[in-house]
Amino acid sequence: MLYFIGLGLFDEKDISIKGLERIRESDEIFLESYTSCLTGTNIQNMELLYGKKVTILGRHDVENTPEKILEAAGTGDAVFLTGGDPMVSTTHSDLRIRAKQMGIETTIIHSASIQSAVCGLSGLQNYRFGKSCSIPYPEKGWFPTTPLNTILKNLDDNLHTIVFLDIKPDRFMTVREGIEIIEQMADKENRSPPELYVGIARAGSDIPKVIAGDGGKLKSADFGGPLHILIVPAELHMMEQEYLETFAEL
Amino acid sequence: MVEKVTTLMDQPERIRNIGIVAHIDHGKTTLSDNLLAGAGMISEEIAGKACWMDSDEEEQARGITIDSSNVSMVHTYGDKEYLINMIDTPGHVDFGGDVTRAMRAVDGAVVLVDAVEGTMPQTETVLRQALKEGVKPVLFINKVDRLINELKVDEMEMQIRLGKVIDKVNKLIKGMNEDAFKAGWKLDAADGTVAFGSALYNWAVSIPFMKKSGVSFKDVYEKCKVEDMKWLGKNSPLCDVVLDMVVRNLPDPLDAQKRRVPIIWQHGDPNTAEGKSMLACDPNGAACLMVTDISFDQHAGEVATGRLFSGTLRRGTECYVMGTAKKVNRLTQVGIFMGAERIEVESLPAGNIAAVTGLKDAIVGSTVSSLMDMTPFESLKHYSEPVMTVAVEAKNMKDLPKLVTVLRQVAKEDPTVQVTINEETGEHLISGMGELHLEIITGRIARDKKVEIVTSPPIVVYRETITGTAGPVEGKSPNRHNRFYIELEPLSDEVVQKLKDGDISMDLPAIERRDALVEAGFDKDEAKSLKAIEGTNMFLDMTKGIQYLNETMELVLDGWREALAGGPLADEQVQNVKIRLVDVKLHEDAIHRGPAQVIPAVRAAVKAGLLMANDTLLEPMQNLQITVPQEHMGSATGMIQGRRGQVYDMQSEGDTITVIGKAPVAELFGFAGDVRSATEGRAMWSTEFAGFATVPGGMLKETVETIRKRKGLKEQIPEPSDYLA
Ligand SMILES: Nc1nc2c(ncn2[C@@H]2O[C@H](COP(=O)(O)OP(=O)(O)O)[C@@H](O)[C@H]2O)c(=O)[nH]1
Ligand SMILES: [Mg+2]
Repeated sequence: MLYFIGLGLFDEKDISIKGLERIRESDEIFLESYTSCLTGTNIQNMELLYGKKVTILGRHDVENTPEKILEAAGTGDAVFLTGGDPMVSTTHSDLRIRAKQMGIETTIIHSASIQSAVCGLSGLQNYRFGKSCSIPYPEKGWFPTTPLNTILKNLDDNLHTIVFLDIKPDRFMTVREGIEIIEQMADKENRSPPELYVGIARAGSDIPKVIAGDGGKLKSADFGGPLHILIVPAELHMMEQEYLETFAEL
Repeated sequence: MVEKVTTLMDQPERIRNIGIVAHIDHGKTTLSDNLLAGAGMISEEIAGKACWMDSDEEEQARGITIDSSNVSMVHTYGDKEYLINMIDTPGHVDFGGDVTRAMRAVDGAVVLVDAVEGTMPQTETVLRQALKEGVKPVLFINKVDRLINELKVDEMEMQIRLGKVIDKVNKLIKGMNEDAFKAGWKLDAADGTVAFGSALYNWAVSIPFMKKSGVSFKDVYEKCKVEDMKWLGKNSPLCDVVLDMVVRNLPDPLDAQKRRVPIIWQHGDPNTAEGKSMLACDPNGAACLMVTDISFDQHAGEVATGRLFSGTLRRGTECYVMGTAKKVNRLTQVGIFMGAERIEVESLPAGNIAAVTGLKDAIVGSTVSSLMDMTPFESLKHYSEPVMTVAVEAKNMKDLPKLVTVLRQVAKEDPTVQVTINEETGEHLISGMGELHLEIITGRIARDKKVEIVTSPPIVVYRETITGTAGPVEGKSPNRHNRFYIELEPLSDEVVQKLKDGDISMDLPAIERRDALVEAGFDKDEAKSLKAIEGTNMFLDMTKGIQYLNETMELVLDGWREALAGGPLADEQVQNVKIRLVDVKLHEDAIHRGPAQVIPAVRAAVKAGLLMANDTLLEPMQNLQITVPQEHMGSATGMIQGRRGQVYDMQSEGDTITVIGKAPVAELFGFAGDVRSATEGRAMWSTEFAGFATVPGGMLKETVETIRKRKGLKEQIPEPSDYLA
């Protein structure tokens, strides 16, 4: 059996009780470390809580050599841990398909996802979100402008956009970097960048930070440590406006 | 002298830009030195002994010329002074690339042929390169003293032999460019387009000069016989005869550019301002420079040499290098060469050979202009390809970073060298035209660049190509959310040739490129879809309207190039393959289709596809020509046949016979020594690159296994499924 278990947003205590019990009863625990990370804890604390050893997996382990996970799941109960909800904003559907094709049963134990957390932190109504997008760090020969186009298309349809910011093993993208890259994309495409953003840091922690405003204001704001995420709101509904004024310095 | 040069360089009708081309050892360096001495640029005693043009110690030690050095000299003809800009080109075919670029810079060539040896394969090669570039030839038959003193021919026989050389060269010219031959490029002693003499002993004769000097063939014969070379040198000096011939018969830049610009700038529009200006060699037009050489000077740094076809260069002139990011390159120095020296000038007008610093972005072959945008000159074509590789490592840890810098310089200086840097292992690869070429380059790194290196024995460069077709092959990204579907097929010989010649090139404007492809047999749809050319491989995007593919294409091409750099069989460069991208599936979100996903997916599809399309190995071949006394004919043919070679012609002349054939480079290690001992040192021989040929089926497996082992690859040759898991 292969269990996909979500870890929630911030530290080791965001997991569900059901998920925790499942871990404690399983034979092998894997932690996927590249699509998201829990910045409020570390592997020692997790192992302490679970009473189990955890094997950390990089992108290569999951995408190129998933045999290790599938073998463990074939012979016993294996757990595959992911930050947030295990199937939101990741590409793990492939692993579940491969398991099924090998005759291995799978179960998902959900958890809070940033996708829903931003609604609470920003007051933006979840009905009004369009397609989400991610902003990758540009690389040589690669500067995709899809994220900008997604944002602008949503704005045309009067929909909000969640903008995930890149996470690399050695760094994470800040609100400021994210806005700068969006502005470069706008420059390249000869379009005007969005006028209003909501920046959110450390969702799920005791000290989240939420600030709404224009690009200039958010680029100079101090959001503190990771993780950061960005929202580009559409035209604000009255209640959304009031919420941002109350909780997000608008 | 400097003042004379600077006055003349402003008068194009008084300029001749020339090169001397010849088979190795026919006497090019000796001729250049003596011309310089005669023109008062170096002392006469030194000339003929020291090699001024061979400014590289290595060249002097080995007695061969490696770099094209540039010199300017002044010659008086009639009552006028002329500026002769001369490029000395290398005579060893191992360095064939250099001759090509030297020919781009000049308008005329003195073809030098040894009277005793006659034309040799490299005479043919360099002559062909000159004619292709629209460079007009005159002939100098050298070492006439040897005919008389060594071969002991009589006067009659001497004239017959000289006539034969002229006929042979004319036959070559006619065969290579009949139009030019008929239009007056036929060589004729009576017209003065041929001179005879001895570069070593500093004399020469030509029929026009005989009228002036009264020195006849009879005098030549008699004075040679009694070894009174001094008399000949005095009464019929080499320098006057040869430079008279140059001034009289070779074109000035005004005349030459009218004819040459359409040849070397085929894709440019002659009606544009820069086109008109180049055709007219106009110093007031936009600056248009073709870089033909880059060298490194301890004080000035990188010095770019090239032909200025239009405009005027000054310190501070702002230039752009075509094909780069269009950043301003400001000239910091502008100069001309004299001997090994470079002399700064205030300004340098069109028609001259310029040596400038400050062109940070230029490489050999770059088109440089004061215009932000101009159609580039025809790319420099190399007739030879690297066939051998050595691995080099720094001897001392502290030199690791320096070696990388030096290797990058080496690659920039000599475009026929391929350098592969591996910073991880510190073991870098240098590929060149042959054993000698590589010895010289590695020697230079140690000596001039002061980096001690350890060099591996040379190994042969192989290639991979396909003999069948395959596809659609599906390549999956590691996260399996992105898929690429490709089809593969071999390119026809005709298309490969056009790619090599630059007749099909990404430098062409889109419409011309499309027409060239249709003419080469591509259907219209394909012709529109060519996305990239890498070596002699093509990538076509046949998909339509796939969302996000545009911003992913660079990564697709990166993956394709990575696969071409090392094929699945033996990790050798892939050639002559056409790949069509026929379908693509991409993840919605950009972050899940970045380089880490797309590059491996495409690379895997290409490598698996190559295997499915019958990937096979090609080895480099060399043409061989061995001239031996009749009694050694058996050993000469044996030398070739015993090396998996083929003999296809034998020509006897007098008591010698010339055996002509072809053999794989892999079998030619130690050839020099073997020929020498088999023929008691009486053979003259030469080699020339002859393209790649399929490794015989019976040897394929063993050859592949040997390469894989040497490279530390898995012994087992991979299967397509190994890439497509
Ligand atoms: N006898 C004789 N020897 C010559 C003559 N010209 C050059 N040589 C010799 O031929 C050899 C090759 O000459 P070099 O100028 O280095 O040839 P390159 O390889 O064409 O540059 C040298 O040993 C020269 O001294 C000549 O006119 N007569
Ligand atoms: Mg020489």
